[in-house]
Amino acid sequence: MSIYYAGLLADIGILTLGALSVYIILATDQLSLGNAGFMAIGSYISSFLTVELHWPLTAALIVAAATASVVGIVVGFPALRLKGIYLAIATLGFGEMVRSFFLVFRPMGGAGGFRGMQHVPLGYIWAWVAAILVMVTMLEQSRLWLQMRAIHDDETAAGLVGLNTTLIKVGGFGLGAAVAAVAGALFAHQYVYIEPGNFGFERSIDFVLAVILGGSTVGVGGLAGAALLVLLPEWLRFVAEWRLAAFGALLILVLLTRRQGILDRPLLAKLTFRSAAS
Amino acid sequence: MLPQQLVNGLTLGAVYTLIALSFSLVMGVLSILNLAIGELFMLGGFIGFSVIAANLPLPIALLAGMAGAALVGVIIEKIAYEPLRDTPLITPMLSTLGFSIILQNVVTNVWGSDPLQLPSALFDNRVIIGPISIGVMQIVVVGVTIVLVGALAWFVHGTSAGRALRAVAENRDVARLLGVSVKRVTVLAFALSGALAGAAGVLISLHYAAITPYVGVDTGLKAIAVMVIGGTTNVWGALLAGPLIGIAEVLAVAYGGSEIRDLVVYGLMILILLLRPQGLLGGARSDVGQRV
Repeated sequence: MSIYYAGLLADIGILTLGALSVYIILATDQLSLGNAGFMAIGSYISSFLTVELHWPLTAALIVAAATASVVGIVVGFPALRLKGIYLAIATLGFGEMVRSFFLVFRPMGGAGGFRGMQHVPLGYIWAWVAAILVMVTMLEQSRLWLQMRAIHDDETAAGLVGLNTTLIKVGGFGLGAAVAAVAGALFAHQYVYIEPGNFGFERSIDFVLAVILGGSTVGVGGLAGAALLVLLPEWLRFVAEWRLAAFGALLILVLLTRRQGILDRPLLAKLTFRSAAS
Repeated sequence: MLPQQLVNGLTLGAVYTLIALSFSLVMGVLSILNLAIGELFMLGGFIGFSVIAANLPLPIALLAGMAGAALVGVIIEKIAYEPLRDTPLITPMLSTLGFSIILQNVVTNVWGSDPLQLPSALFDNRVIIGPISIGVMQIVVVGVTIVLVGALAWFVHGTSAGRALRAVAENRDVARLLGVSVKRVTVLAFALSGALAGAAGVLISLHYAAITPYVGVDTGLKAIAVMVIGGTTNVWGALLAGPLIGIAEVLAVAYGGSEIRDLVVYGLMILILLLRPQGLLGGARSDVGQRV
């Protein structure tokens, strides 16, 4: 496999994880526009552990994910007070805060960025993608998922039947943050150089786009959306400098014609030759 | 030194106020975040720039920038919002993002990605008052902002179209029952919002005497922060928050270095969201989030 395709595949894997981090939070009816912030935390912490303290990558990655998860829970609590678009804006602010924090955080290079990480093999990235995809798919079959969907559909009713909406919503943030941090750690060790500009608003929006384009009602939609987002600009090279405009137009077209995203449960069932019972 | 910084902050704040009002108009009426506003602002700047570069007077540049951005605003409403108005708020938000990608690409291809410079002869006139030196263009920026905000206030509170706008913002269904054409009001909101963003674009290109196709994202996000700090339920909160953020940003750059600028702005925004989610001038807390 050429370096070019390996790079594209790594990008797809990392973006899939980012998309799943948004997907998990979105399942509890919370839109996060700041997941690049969690990704940045995962990136910087894992890089610090592997470069400065010479930890093995897997251990560093798990510690980074756990730390980001705690941050996610800390962010999740005040987020309970906000709903809908106001929550989205608050998370946007959080993402920009984290980015600007690393911009002034001199010990990790500040605006100059941080380097010295070991490049990670493609198989390692996809092992994590597969593991987390399996985890999300298992979660989708669980009782907990039903509770999350109940809160998504009607939070008041979910609370009235005795669900702990606070725990589930904050937990959603914690889990989503951990997944975003894994994406960040893999990103840092794929590109072996990170700077705060990697984790701006555009990155958070990419995650959301991958979920919505791929299919916001199924976990594997994140994978489909990520593949589309990475490969589409490559396929559109023939329109040269109008590539981004064509991409924007296609994005609007997909939203207009298939607003649930490319993959949904009926289509998935058809593809896997199963009845669309669930 | 300090009075000089205050003047510079006020100029920047005036521009933020206009863009925040632009966000606020769409958000107040439809509860969606129009992510293309940053690019409408940038587009207005480029149109204004071209008009000034063709040696036409400033008011024409301003009107051309406003009209161009308003027109594109209406196109966005027709294609990216109207067919998706019944979907969850995330879908129209992303379709406006699609437009913002297209606009940035089109402007880059038409005008090039290098920053455009205005001839500096236009900008060298400065008024010296004691220790403060105020560029004539700074006075123009603040003056035009005051006039535009006044015109907007008159429109929203003094005309029947403005009353319809407020009725829809208050309660969409009741407004419709009372015979207000929600469709027409939506188009109006997008057009007004585009015009304000376009005007802000022309003003910022005058303020910096330069413009790039990438100015929209950064300034747009800052304007969202200004809207939140001012209070999303009260459009006029931006009048207070705009200058506040402008001054805070300029002071942060002057005394802490340019890198802490964003930290200060978004930090203030998070603080407001935690302590006073309805914003500085927002109404009762129960309003927050009900529109979604």
